Amino acid sequence: MTKHILGLATVLAMAAGAVSAQETLTIGAVGPKTGPLAGGAAVTYWPNVQLWAHDINARGGLDVDGTKYMVEIVEYDDQTNPAQTIAAVQRLATQDEADFILPPYSTGLNLAAAPIYDRFGYPQVTSTANTGNVADLSSKFPNLYITLGAADGMVGGLVDVMSAMREAGEIGNTVAMVNVADAFGIELAEAARPAFEEAGFEIVYDTSYPLGTQDISPVVRGAKEAAPDSFVAFSYPPDTFALTEQAIIEDLDVKVFYTAVATAFPAYGGRFGAAADGVMGIGGVNAFDPAFQEYAARHEEVTGAKPDSWASAMVYSTFQIYEQAIEGAGSVDKADVAAFIADNDFETLIGTISWDENNNNAAYWTVGQWQDGVYTGIASTGRDGAVDPILKDGWE
Amino acid sequence: MDILFTGLLLGGTYALIAMGLNLQYGMARIMNLANGEVLVAGGFGAFWFWTTSQVSPLLTVFVVAPLAFALNWLIYVVILRPLVKRAKSRGQLETDAILTTFGLSFVAVGVMLAVFGGDYFSYSYLARPVHFVGDTYGLNRVVAFVSAVILCGALWLWLYNSRAGMSVRAIAVAPDSARLVGINVPRLSALAFALGGAITAMGGALVSMFLTLDASTGVIFTLKALIIVIMGGVGDIRGTVVAALLLGVLETFVARIIDPGLTLAAAYLLFVLILLLRPQGLLGKSRS
Repeated sequence: MTKHILGLATVLAMAAGAVSAQETLTIGAVGPKTGPLAGGAAVTYWPNVQLWAHDINARGGLDVDGTKYMVEIVEYDDQTNPAQTIAAVQRLATQDEADFILPPYSTGLNLAAAPIYDRFGYPQVTSTANTGNVADLSSKFPNLYITLGAADGMVGGLVDVMSAMREAGEIGNTVAMVNVADAFGIELAEAARPAFEEAGFEIVYDTSYPLGTQDISPVVRGAKEAAPDSFVAFSYPPDTFALTEQAIIEDLDVKVFYTAVATAFPAYGGRFGAAADGVMGIGGVNAFDPAFQEYAARHEEVTGAKPDSWASAMVYSTFQIYEQAIEGAGSVDKADVAAFIADNDFETLIGTISWDENNNNAAYWTVGQWQDGVYTGIASTGRDGAVDPILKDGWE
Repeated sequence: MDILFTGLLLGGTYALIAMGLNLQYGMARIMNLANGEVLVAGGFGAFWFWTTSQVSPLLTVFVVAPLAFALNWLIYVVILRPLVKRAKSRGQLETDAILTTFGLSFVAVGVMLAVFGGDYFSYSYLARPVHFVGDTYGLNRVVAFVSAVILCGALWLWLYNSRAGMSVRAIAVAPDSARLVGINVPRLSALAFALGGAITAMGGALVSMFLTLDASTGVIFTLKALIIVIMGGVGDIRGTVVAALLLGVLETFVARIIDPGLTLAAAYLLFVLILLLRPQGLLGKSRS
């Protein structure tokens, strides 16, 4: 008897589910809530998932051919573990029957999940992946899109900025370069070595350090002894903070000081205050664009935290692509939406996003800088609003 | 010269990380894999007090320590004592404790994520240079080193000059015989475990002055602490201090003279060598 009642309840629940499914889209989100990349995802990724769902539902849902769809987010923690990312996408596809799945977080996790997105036919418009071999990837996975840029573009932006400063006689020729011994740091360092040499820079100190190093001072001291004009670090968040702090303590006297991920985080400016002035970092935004400022205010209001000044805006922009493609295709069918994404340009928070032959967004921010307490873009591959770089002038 | 001092400062940091685990593993016989999470919680305490009301981490340790002490006491009494009671041998207790505290570490990460959020606990405190014999060092690291010296000194005095301390050492050497001479083993084991937790949390508050933590970084510290405790010799705090300083100096030496990329490799090489040549640890006594 109990069984029958339970059975009946299940049928009723399923019927209720079927009715409401007409007006609700289930959207999956997979990213790190624990593990090494959780801290970065907590700034850049998760608040945007919350904000995007809030924005859509606040305006009454997605308008798909006259029917209003509210969005419901199903979140999974992948523990910064590629195997877990894949398992979560699989679970979203088969058990939760997600209509769409937002892209995962970080280069490695996005690439690991690309085959499974492809197998289930979900478009994967990535927002936090920097990779070199886009041509190869796009031929394998036709629904994979890269928006944040490629390693050589990122490095090229920095080398251009520094070359221009050298032409102007503001900096000399020598560079100390360090990188975190992790896929991200190694890839950028490998792109940077030939790029610097080609541009006529001399790398006077070149080393890597393990992820999770608890004392970075030997690295900074080694760099200081090489007396470089510029210091460039392809670093991850904890070491970005540690390198900067150590540079302040050692009074590393360079004209260009560049660190990578987390330089654009609000916590960076909050922690170092005026000492951050003149620090360059990877990526950027046009911080003076009213659209970005409005987004930042809304981000803080809804999630209680400020966005970073690089990838946050890109994450939200890719979510906007999903939003516009679903409405534009007038369908919640994955194949229709995927086709719409492939064939169209999108007006997003960071500007127009269009695809080259490799499904790659060719216009992105490459370098930003803290200037008077604001982190804003100083170089891009085709975005508006870059400001002129300034020299790093001490740590006071 | 700067290698030696930088290395000693790093060693002081390592001693802060590992000292608590030695008490928990060596004295209370609990291999606590949730040790790193306690450290992170202590670090969060320091971060929270500093960012909300500009209270110095050096004062926060006095708030964090009793809280961590109470929490660890509770964990020991509620969760771990049943394991101790039913364990027929030290080996069985070790296995049970490892599995249980491994599970606890996940619970702790989840709770911290819910309470603290996933963001980095990033703040700047005493990030000023100190000039000493022609080189500069971070003031926060120097302060942490001095705190480590005070903490270890106090712990040593307590262990070697008080009745309770002697009893705790007796438990470490021979838990069964200790009962026969009238030592309240369950109570003192709980005390040692709770004290270990308190010291770890204080260490967390101190290292958060210069290390950037987040809710899930605990496991890194658990691993480091484990290596140091085993290298130094289980149940002897002097061994832990020696191992921590040795590791700090070695890592700094390798980073400065050879390559910073090889510090991890060098640390594990030292670990393997010590395990091969002195399996009981630097100052550990071999067990029959």
